[in-house]
Amino acid sequence: MSDQDAVAQKVIEIIAEQTMLEPDQVALSSTPEELGIDSLGLVEVVFAIEEAFDVSVPYNANDPSESDFDITSVSAVVEGVKRLIAEKG
Amino acid sequence: MTRRVAVTGLGVVSSLGVGTRAHFAGLREGRSGIGPIELIETQGLSVPIAAEAKAFDGAAYFSKSELMMRDRVTQMALVAGEEAMAQAGLASGTAAGADGAQAQVDEALGVRSGVVIGTSIGGSQTVDEQYRLLYGERKNRVHPFTVPRLMANAPCSHLSMRFGLMGPSWTVSTACSSSNHALAQAFQMVRSGAVDVMLAGGSEASLTFGVLKGWEGLRVMAKDACRPFSKNRSGMVQGEGAAILVLEDMAHAQARGADIIAEIIGCGMSSDASDIVKPSQDGAARAMVWTLKDAGINPEDIDYINAHGTATAVNDSTETAAIRQVFGVHADALAVSSTKSMHGHCIGAAGALEAAATLLAVRENLIPPTINYEEPDPECDLDVTPNTARERQVSVAMSNTFAFGGLNAVLAFRAV
Repeated sequence: MSDQDAVAQKVIEIIAEQTMLEPDQVALSSTPEELGIDSLGLVEVVFAIEEAFDVSVPYNANDPSESDFDITSVSAVVEGVKRLIAEKG
Repeated sequence: MTRRVAVTGLGVVSSLGVGTRAHFAGLREGRSGIGPIELIETQGLSVPIAAEAKAFDGAAYFSKSELMMRDRVTQMALVAGEEAMAQAGLASGTAAGADGAQAQVDEALGVRSGVVIGTSIGGSQTVDEQYRLLYGERKNRVHPFTVPRLMANAPCSHLSMRFGLMGPSWTVSTACSSSNHALAQAFQMVRSGAVDVMLAGGSEASLTFGVLKGWEGLRVMAKDACRPFSKNRSGMVQGEGAAILVLEDMAHAQARGADIIAEIIGCGMSSDASDIVKPSQDGAARAMVWTLKDAGINPEDIDYINAHGTATAVNDSTETAAIRQVFGVHADALAVSSTKSMHGHCIGAAGALEAAATLLAVRENLIPPTINYEEPDPECDLDVTPNTARERQVSVAMSNTFAFGGLNAVLAFRAV
């Protein structure tokens, strides 16, 4: 498995844990709404991602669309995390 | 027995300055007390701004031995209390007390007077410093006064001791509503005849590294400015401060010829009973409706509402909807503002600092503004007094607080 896939797998694990779903029930195309994640749940997911990847996610729960971090789908979150890991060097 | 309740004293410490005069001047000017954090090390903080009371230095008021026993939350409460009691003409003297000549109320009044103070976190600087020693520096012991400094009732107890107030006294902790609950309970005590005088308000000094990291974690903090009701609002800004009011039986105040700042005429309290962080329109509306009923007034009697207005996306739209629900067509005739835009969100002291702003409005017929207002939001479509204070006749005003945990407290003030 490539590192890229490992990131996706870990993000999916985190979201599955938060939503009490099995990882195979979380698709890359899933949206937070489809997964039943509310704004407080997203805050918890972001925290878990920061802890897992040792990154700082620029996410403001007041206005997610204005944050520098796209959380509209699982794949968007995965891409965002990969970008943060790359920026960290 | 139902008595009228006068406000005869007010003292303030805030990011706008030390003293009611400085606080009022800042509110009139629409000045921001929010700026870069300077009083603590900011390395590791991702939110670099707060409303620090930078002009407040406890060492200017208290001896070294007094400082050892008093967390900043108590220091601020005592300095605000000193100003309030001096204005009320009930007791005045130096807070430092180095000469032991502090004036107290006479014993007959002392047993008929109490203290109710709101604070959400209590002595958080003490907690922060001592935890740092234990967990950071691996020290084996903490300062011997750690417990009496950090306990949430320390500000209340020190005010009681300072002025010889021996009646019912306690501390209220309901997050952002703490000091409105304190003022509401003090109001009811005076109105019922249980006491003649209550010293009431709130104090918060929780701009510590640990507490600020906690707020960062919730992802509801603005990084540049507090913009209540503006479409581009991006969250709350933490602040610190204290405001203490003297509430007094109106007949008692009149008999001794006291200067009466305003009258408190009603309070309303409710619980959302729904969510630990998300506010409920119905819960907020019920607290306002109960306040109107308690005061025996109609929605049309209210001229100004000092809003809770935290500048989070959900508070401001929910509060707007609640005000529309309660006031109907009169909502568009109200002046509304959030003074948090200037003095920040002082959590346990928020209600008391905003009571001070509301007293300014009824005393001077001047609406303090909502500063940093940049873009209209259709979901926050009240007249929020954008950016500049406005002259307007204010006979009756309301001050809202809606806490995390869904605990709401609202007060109504009337000009005299």
